[in-house]
Amino acid sequence: MRQTRRAALLAVAVGAAAAAFLLAREGASGPAPEVTLLNVSYDPTRELYQEVNAAFARRWLERTGQRVTIQQSHGGSGKQARSVIDGLPADVVTLALAYDVEAISRMTGLVRPGWQKRLPHNSCPYTSTVVFLVRKGNPKGIRDWPDLARPGVSVVTPNPKTSGGARWNYLAAWGSALVRGKDARAAEALVRGIVRNVPVLDTGARGSTTTFVQRGIGDVLLAWENEALLALRQGDAGRVEIVVPPDSILAEPPVALVDAVVDRRGTRAVAQAYLEFLYSDEAQAIVARHGYRPRSPAALRAARVPFPPLRLFTVDALFGGWETAQRAHFDEGGLFDRMLQP
Amino acid sequence: MKRPAVEPRILPGFGPALGFTLLWLSVVVLAPLAALVLSALRMPPAEIARIVAAPRVAASIRLTFGLALASAAVAALLGLLLAWVLVRHRLPGRRLLDALIDLPFALPTAVAGIALTTLYAPNGWLGRPLAALGVPVAFTPLGIGVALVFLGIPFAVRTLEPVLESLDPEVEDAATSLGATAGQTFRRVLFPELLPALATGFSLAFARGLGEYGSVVFISGNMPMRTEVAPLLIMTRLEQYDYAGATALAAVLLVASFLLLLAVNRLQAWGVGPAARG
Amino acid sequence: MDAYALSPRSGSRAVRLLLGAAALAVLGLFLVVPLAAVFAEAFRNGAAAYLASVRHPDALAALRLTLLVAAIAVPLNVAFGLAAGWALGKFRFPGRSVLLALVDLPFAVSPVVAGMVLVLVFGRTGLLGPWLAAHAFPVVFAVPGIVLATVFVTFPFVARELVPLMQATGSEEEEAARVLGAGFLTTFLRVTLPNVKWALLYGTILCTARAVGEFGAVSVVSGHIRGRTNTLPLHVEVLYDEYDFQGAFAVATLLTGVALVTLVLQALLGRRRREERR
Repeated sequence: MRQTRRAALLAVAVGAAAAAFLLAREGASGPAPEVTLLNVSYDPTRELYQEVNAAFARRWLERTGQRVTIQQSHGGSGKQARSVIDGLPADVVTLALAYDVEAISRMTGLVRPGWQKRLPHNSCPYTSTVVFLVRKGNPKGIRDWPDLARPGVSVVTPNPKTSGGARWNYLAAWGSALVRGKDARAAEALVRGIVRNVPVLDTGARGSTTTFVQRGIGDVLLAWENEALLALRQGDAGRVEIVVPPDSILAEPPVALVDAVVDRRGTRAVAQAYLEFLYSDEAQAIVARHGYRPRSPAALRAARVPFPPLRLFTVDALFGGWETAQRAHFDEGGLFDRMLQP
Repeated sequence: MKRPAVEPRILPGFGPALGFTLLWLSVVVLAPLAALVLSALRMPPAEIARIVAAPRVAASIRLTFGLALASAAVAALLGLLLAWVLVRHRLPGRRLLDALIDLPFALPTAVAGIALTTLYAPNGWLGRPLAALGVPVAFTPLGIGVALVFLGIPFAVRTLEPVLESLDPEVEDAATSLGATAGQTFRRVLFPELLPALATGFSLAFARGLGEYGSVVFISGNMPMRTEVAPLLIMTRLEQYDYAGATALAAVLLVASFLLLLAVNRLQAWGVGPAARG
Repeated sequence: MDAYALSPRSGSRAVRLLLGAAALAVLGLFLVVPLAAVFAEAFRNGAAAYLASVRHPDALAALRLTLLVAAIAVPLNVAFGLAAGWALGKFRFPGRSVLLALVDLPFAVSPVVAGMVLVLVFGRTGLLGPWLAAHAFPVVFAVPGIVLATVFVTFPFVARELVPLMQATGSEEEEAARVLGAGFLTTFLRVTLPNVKWALLYGTILCTARAVGEFGAVSVVSGHIRGRTNTLPLHVEVLYDEYDFQGAFAVATLLTGVALVTLVLQALLGRRRREERR
């Protein structure tokens, strides 16, 4: 009696291990009438890609008769890129900054060099910028970047070390000084002043928004425009409002095909079509609905979301591209690290 | 079959049982950890020293060890109080309260982290009154401490309870009848008996606190130099593709944990420790 | 009042009340309030919203994966615990105390380090990565990696319960059975197992609870693919990051439910386990 129970236990263990094995293998071979893609993306795009994926699946079925399921994985941009480097089988990556895609390409060759030239607009089908989210009525009178460095103003932003969004925030502040004709020293003083005012440094953009909106910490949140708009849509409009600074950065989140994975899985055609679909009128309208600035002028005009005009500068123009910016500002011992030291 | 040097026993099964134990231990625990230590050893020691001595890393290691130490001490004291009351006072519903002690063991750390953050945030149930008193908890070192105490309490209670149960109250009565005050009885009679278990519970809570990530990351605020714990820094390094830095830090934490455990073992938590008293 | 009038173990009435109240306050503040917060948040939008969150396909997929992982990890660690209990509990041999410390090691290793180590070994750029990739057998970012991480963090639970108990009960009964001509299996099943069954069950329950709730280690190796490699604790984090706080806490109540069932089972088992020890 007891013996049979023990045998049963063993059988369960063996069976379960076998099941895990089969489950793990299943992803590797997809039959033709159905195909799955894995889109490895960063934090704020969950809602956007949920809608884009459904739309693309409809179009793809009409066009080819093939059913496509797009699986999503979200997290901090750097963490997601690392997962792909360590073997997460992404067919496409849609990350927060070109530096992370470049890291995949440089460290593993999974993404072929020159990826950024393969799709229109530097492989960035939508853009965003960095804006301020403040408490209702803007009690601290925050209008522009220098206001953030004032004593007594508490600024919430994620950690540039772990969050792509935070790197855009940081460079936006720095660049705002440069475009006004100030030198690097003045820019550093401004950013140092802002960093000094940060009480909580969450690991990701989402964490920061939660800290600011739900936990009630801070006077101003530095956020992607799309995140700020989402926070308003989430029913927090009564508590917070958006302030658009006169200058900010043009944030360009890139998309790329992971060549080695799509070739191994035989999904190149559908993955390529998926990325191209992002530039279509249909997808661009979805993009605008989710608070990203669409590339298509028509979609931008038709958008019901207000995208106020502001002067935008790019990383390439002011910082000589991501590689240079990363090394100077965010690497170990870089400017950001030195700012944190007392 | 040649047996290793074992006390002569007529019991069979030593070979296979030990073999399976060693095999499983090697596959699951030793091989992966050895891989970590090996890749750390491949780095020049000066490089490891440089990584660990960087101000931000040093600050986070200081914070992690300091908070783990302080929280383990608080958890040990609160654990002593709880164990004492649970064993010596016949509280109504004692068994349910006793079971509740294990909640931090059983509650997933992410849930614990979110729940504690919600509670202790400046607009939370406990955070609001505390903030009004000028004691912010969430997003300060104190918040990390609260989470670590939460996690550490069961270790202290569970190691102390059996010892308290096995203590004969008559010894205390004898001490009292010989003229000792309650304080003296506790210091001279009870405390020496409890000390090993207290130290074991403290060390276990300490070791747990050193490595905790899931619950801390929500409540800590993650400010470099102020509220950034070492496990978070490892994550940060990984996300910056700095595998060497992550490995060096992880190896340092690992060695610290192992030394701690050896210390605990010297306190004989397993051998003649509380659980084995019968 | 003079010191002789009172037995120190009952203490003065005031001290008893004070201690009891303090213990209840600690229990309430550290254990009950967080628990209450989880449920309060989960039902903030009413029962319908709660059910909708719990029944969401992604939540159900996460639940299935979590149960699958526990169903693999727990039996493996139970088998290991029995072997370790037999080898380390019934026999004395050189190196035993080091082995005991090694068995305990996963308790003290940061879950983040545990997950990272798996990536170091099984990741694409890891030691076994190229071989695994060539054989199309993914470990990290797939179910096997999650299972390995879970096995690692729950490794000591059963062994930790069984070793001290098997040591305390000694081996006279088993030796007697052997002398009477019983085979190894009969001895083990008829004599040893009944002696430790409650401790075994208790260890298994704790192991299951931890397996279901592990966050840090699994988070490193999961890849966070919705509906495929998200376990319940990871799904809680996902919902939390989607501003779906009510949903996050609703899913958390599932995990809290596991914890509560664990606690109730423990309360029921606690007495029997203690009796077993005597």
